[in-house]
Amino acid sequence: MKITLRVWRQAGPTAAGRFETYQADAVSPEMSFLEMMDVVNEDLIAKGTEPVAFDHDCREGICGSCAMVIDGIPHGPHKATTTCQLHMRSFHDGDTITVEPFRARAFPVLRDLSVDRSAFDRIIQAGGFVSIATGNAPDANAVPVPKDLADRAMDAAQCIGCGACVAACPNASAMLFTAAKVSHLGLLPQGQPERYRRALAMVGRMDLEGFGGCTNFGECSEACPKEIGVWTIARMNADFLKASATTRPESQGGDGA
Amino acid sequence: MELNARIPAGPLEQKWDRHKFDLKLVSPANKRKYSVIVVGSGLAGASAAASLGELGYQVRCFCFQDSPRRAHSIAAQGGINASKNYQNDGDSVYRLFYDTIKGGDFRAREANVYRLAQVSTDIIDQCVAQGVPFAREYGGLLSNRSFGGAQVSRTFYARGQTGQQLLLGAYSALERQIAAGSVTMVPRTEMLDLIVTDGRATGIVTRDLVTGAIESHLADAVILATGGYGNVFYLSTNARGCNVSATYRAYKRGAAFANPCYTQIHPTCIPMSGDYQSKLTLMSESLRNDGRVWVPKTPGDKRTPADIPEAERDYYLERKYPSFGNLSPRDIASRAAKEACDEGRGVGETGLGVYLDFADAIKRLGEPKIRERYGNLFDMYERITGENPYRLPMRIFPAVHYTMGGLWVDYNLMSTIPGLFVLGEANFSDHGANRLGASALMQGLADGYFVIPYTIGNYLAQVKPGAGPAAIAGAAATVAEVTERTRRLLSVNGGRSVDSFHRELGKIMWDHCGMERSAEGLRAAIDLIPGLRAEFWSSVRVLGQGEEMNQSLEKAGRVADFLEFGELMCRDALHRDESCGGHFRTEYQTPDGEAKRDDEGFCYVAAWEYQGDTKTPVMHQERLQFDNVKLATRSYK
Amino acid sequence: MSAPSVPAAGPAGSWLVRFYASTIGRKVVMAATGIVLVGFITIHMIGNLLVHRGAAAMNGYAALLQSYPALVWGTRAVVLVALVFHVHAALTLSRRARAARPERYAKLRPQVSTLAARLMRIGGLLLATFVVFHILHFTTGTILPSLFVKGEPYENVVRSFSVVWVALFYLVSMAALALHLHHGIWSMFQTLGANHPNVNGVRLRLAWFISVFIPLGFVSIPLGVLFGLVR
Ligand SMILES: Cc1cc2nc3c(=O)[nH]c(=O)nc-3n(C[C@H](O)[C@H](O)[C@H](O)COP(=O)(O)OP(=O)(O)OC[C@H]3O[C@@H](n4cnc5c(N)ncnc54)[C@H](O)[C@@H]3O)c2cc1C
Ligand code: HEM
Ligand code: HEM
Ligand code: SF4
Ligand code: F3S
Ligand code: FES
Repeated sequence: MKITLRVWRQAGPTAAGRFETYQADAVSPEMSFLEMMDVVNEDLIAKGTEPVAFDHDCREGICGSCAMVIDGIPHGPHKATTTCQLHMRSFHDGDTITVEPFRARAFPVLRDLSVDRSAFDRIIQAGGFVSIATGNAPDANAVPVPKDLADRAMDAAQCIGCGACVAACPNASAMLFTAAKVSHLGLLPQGQPERYRRALAMVGRMDLEGFGGCTNFGECSEACPKEIGVWTIARMNADFLKASATTRPESQGGDGA
Repeated sequence: MELNARIPAGPLEQKWDRHKFDLKLVSPANKRKYSVIVVGSGLAGASAAASLGELGYQVRCFCFQDSPRRAHSIAAQGGINASKNYQNDGDSVYRLFYDTIKGGDFRAREANVYRLAQVSTDIIDQCVAQGVPFAREYGGLLSNRSFGGAQVSRTFYARGQTGQQLLLGAYSALERQIAAGSVTMVPRTEMLDLIVTDGRATGIVTRDLVTGAIESHLADAVILATGGYGNVFYLSTNARGCNVSATYRAYKRGAAFANPCYTQIHPTCIPMSGDYQSKLTLMSESLRNDGRVWVPKTPGDKRTPADIPEAERDYYLERKYPSFGNLSPRDIASRAAKEACDEGRGVGETGLGVYLDFADAIKRLGEPKIRERYGNLFDMYERITGENPYRLPMRIFPAVHYTMGGLWVDYNLMSTIPGLFVLGEANFSDHGANRLGASALMQGLADGYFVIPYTIGNYLAQVKPGAGPAAIAGAAATVAEVTERTRRLLSVNGGRSVDSFHRELGKIMWDHCGMERSAEGLRAAIDLIPGLRAEFWSSVRVLGQGEEMNQSLEKAGRVADFLEFGELMCRDALHRDESCGGHFRTEYQTPDGEAKRDDEGFCYVAAWEYQGDTKTPVMHQERLQFDNVKLATRSYK
Repeated sequence: MSAPSVPAAGPAGSWLVRFYASTIGRKVVMAATGIVLVGFITIHMIGNLLVHRGAAAMNGYAALLQSYPALVWGTRAVVLVALVFHVHAALTLSRRARAARPERYAKLRPQVSTLAARLMRIGGLLLATFVVFHILHFTTGTILPSLFVKGEPYENVVRSFSVVWVALFYLVSMAALALHLHHGIWSMFQTLGANHPNVNGVRLRLAWFISVFIPLGFVSIPLGVLFGLVR
């Protein structure tokens, strides 16, 4: 196959970006999209041009590193598939493919297709955890968890933190990512003690990072390689509403220390 | 160099508890005076950094990915072992210990492995409390599966994403400490060297992968949890970034490297489709429970599988190993596949593949049942190959998967450099010559959650906190060396890309130091590698500058280290005149092709000491003592 | 030794302030005010259908309402407040969304979002203009005074809609209303946390029902006048 690529090149966070056009003439349908990018980079190097920078690591759809908007769709046209698992057989000989970075104020471009997604880590820092120190845990079977709860928690927990939800959302909203974690922990007994504080804290951080709000477009879930459902967003809305209305000011009792 | 494993006295069952009591403690008030560097945010690194942060140490944690959550542990699929005996099927700490020792072909330390089996149960408790959504039964209790041919069901799992869920648990604990200010996370930063002052590890030198800044970080102790080096073969199931640089740099600073040649090859991976291939994808071993492995009887038979009648198919595993058949252990299944392909009976474009056929299983159980069992794996296979495994047999081929070798550590997980600790796949400790399925996740978390928090205190209690002038001077010198090396990589400006060198090295390693090794092949490799290394330094092309994000430069540094390390691997493989676990030497096999161990000659850990670039390294032996189990030979006939 | 737990976050101030400061809070306010507005126009629409019963019925109904000033002013107050918050939330959230993506995509292909969803903002603005126009038109008679006589809503309606462009403007606005309600109603449930396999069917049907019948009821009036059924 012959493919024409229009790739976003940007030297650094502050530099101005532009599209460059590259030809890939020896593309095999068996190649993954990133392998095609490797080949393109190899001849860029041969030509003395700096290769296109893009994030990737596991190349099997689980680490969440790879992140590109391919022809107007984050992770490309194939449903429930990351960029690294997308294969060239999803395209046709002679296609022209536009490749852009995930675009959001909260995801500044570092170089070419590589963006800074540390906002996601900060959202988790705000409360995406259960406060349990090593060695404190009761026996794993001490608290039974209904199977359907465990399964739904797992559905939400599968989020790989890739950011495609933000990239696809017309509002550049991080609701799906945040809701996935709030739902994962909020569904399990282990997450109950901090359930409502968590919703408040994580949503607070999410807003602080400058993501847009949610107007229920549903594009996020469609672009999500793990098909996280928008039910998680409804769940987070409910938790947030209840939390806002019911949380009392902290007791000033202190810990007696 | 003397190798003192510091194995506590006393009966096996009491060693760890006694040892924990004998270890010196750092008082809560003093803990915050000590700073610890953790390199790596995988299961081992994240769990260690979080636990040490909770204890009150000042921790700095580094990883090269943009977030600690992306460490390669995320890719583990199958599950994690623990001797909970929830299934009441006769499991116990001792059985897990014995299975692991035997699985490792009697090349691991009894004391370490027993401790691993002991803490395995705490790991499951900890993870569940963190909110790891393990699979459960309708009654709400945890569900288990039997994995990698184990006779008991002791494997806990979260769909096909156990590693992901465990890592996200450790990651959330880590993020909690980051929020608390006890851990400082430094992502997109690569360790390029170790700072050693008066024989102690006092810090690391790193390159910021965004700005390119080369900096030193000083601390009272350094922990490496940097994972495995399978990528020395270029193609493996490891993530692209996995590297040997951190551990190899430590080796060059005086840490002994143990058993580098112990490599695990996984039999069920998706075959490569062309030379642009960048990685190999693992298909869970569980597939072998229902799939039948076969190749055409006649070499060069290019007919489609459907056109090959039953009579002309060779179900070679069932033929050679009637009792275990398609469930024969990883190394045996892998070698058998390679043999078939070497005989020219391999299938697919490249001829490097064998069929894993579900036709009979689908006839027997019906497609829905198969879909229920393996649906996600079948989808993954179809996504990658474009073939529908419900209609056509899968094509599989062995691939490098895990490296049992690593930096040598004592019972406290401290390397031969005082103050340098090594956890997870990066150390050599618990798996001997071969790792059992679902045991690496267990070891990574055991090291990080339940071993290092005790043993590091014992070391720190004996050193004064804070960096002295010597350490600061040492840091400056090391920074200078790293900067110079980076400059050299950028200034070669030859005609060959970094990847082309990596591919060529990978080919050499796969051909001569892969599934089957022979003295003459290994000698050939030891001749070839230095030549390739010389060519690398004279004609590699790395474009761009050092003071910017430069992914070619990152790769170049890693490949440069692989080019030296590959040779060490071959030396180790060449010296070990026996076959054991993942190390198969064609000269040492039973008439029917089984691995032949030499317990008199080689029942030891081979720890290599660096002597300088021009001299060959020196091998030190740590004799292995087996007081509790008797050495037996595996047979899967 | 630091044992942090999930911190209480967000800006200071009473919970209502903090709530409205958050994107979700703002969205919930939109949903709540949306309900009020839907409630109002439902009643309003039904009331207006009296036009088809002739002048006496319509004007009588209007007069009746006017005889309860408390009711009238109460409704006006509630509707006005609802509208103000609804619009304020809409505008601020829209501005925020634009700011969240300073650099636009060269190519972005929406996959599932409905036309209704994507027209929410423009449609909303059209509705805003409509409401203002509408009140100046039928309530105060400030614009088109020639067509307006206080206390004669029936005649006002007939006179106005005999003017084609006025009728057309109303028709277009009702189309906008239909779209707005279609996504709005569905979205409202999600915003208020109701997304469950067992209710989603109802959600969708309700969205269709309201977004079809309310605008239909309204347009029956200008159309009735245009086609001379109402005179
Ligand atoms: C596909 C696959 C499936 C597997 N399935 C299973 C399974 O089912 N069960 C099981 O028990 N085991 C499994 N394993 C093995 C297991 O996943 C790994 O051995 C284990 O996760 C290693 O964890 P770790 O913490 O030691 O290293 P890793 O998780 O690899 O983490 C390494 C860390 O070190 C950092 N790092 C590395 N080098 C540098 C450097 N130079 N500078 C800075 N940072 C650096 C990386 O950023 C990363 O954070 C599987 C492995 C693979 C590849
Ligand atoms: C064809 C459609 C409509 C017709 C014929 C119509 C008719 C009228 C009339 C005659 C009045 C004046 C009542 C009086 O003061 O005696 C009125 C008031 C009003 N209408 Fe409508 N209306 C229509 C659609 C709408 C819509 C879609 C909305 C809201 C989105 C709306 C909101 C209002 C409001 C807020 C008032 C002021 C009520 C008050 O004065 O208290 N109307 N309408
Ligand atoms: C007058 C000017 C108006 C503007 C500017 C406006 C704007 C908006 C916007 C931008 C939204 C958010 C869209 C989304 O969440 O997807 C919205 C939601 C909504 N609007 Fe309006 N609207 C207006 C009038 C109305 C009227 C008159 C009604 C009722 C008849 C109404 C009912 C709703 C409902 C029910 C929602 C759903 C709230 C939610 O999604 O949670 N709006 N509006
Ligand atoms: S929710 Fe889906 S799209 Fe968003 S980060 Fe998680 S995995 Fe990626
Ligand atoms: S696409 Fe955006 S608007 Fe909401 S539903 Fe998804 S976040
Ligand atoms: S590279 Fe890991 S998900 Fe794509």
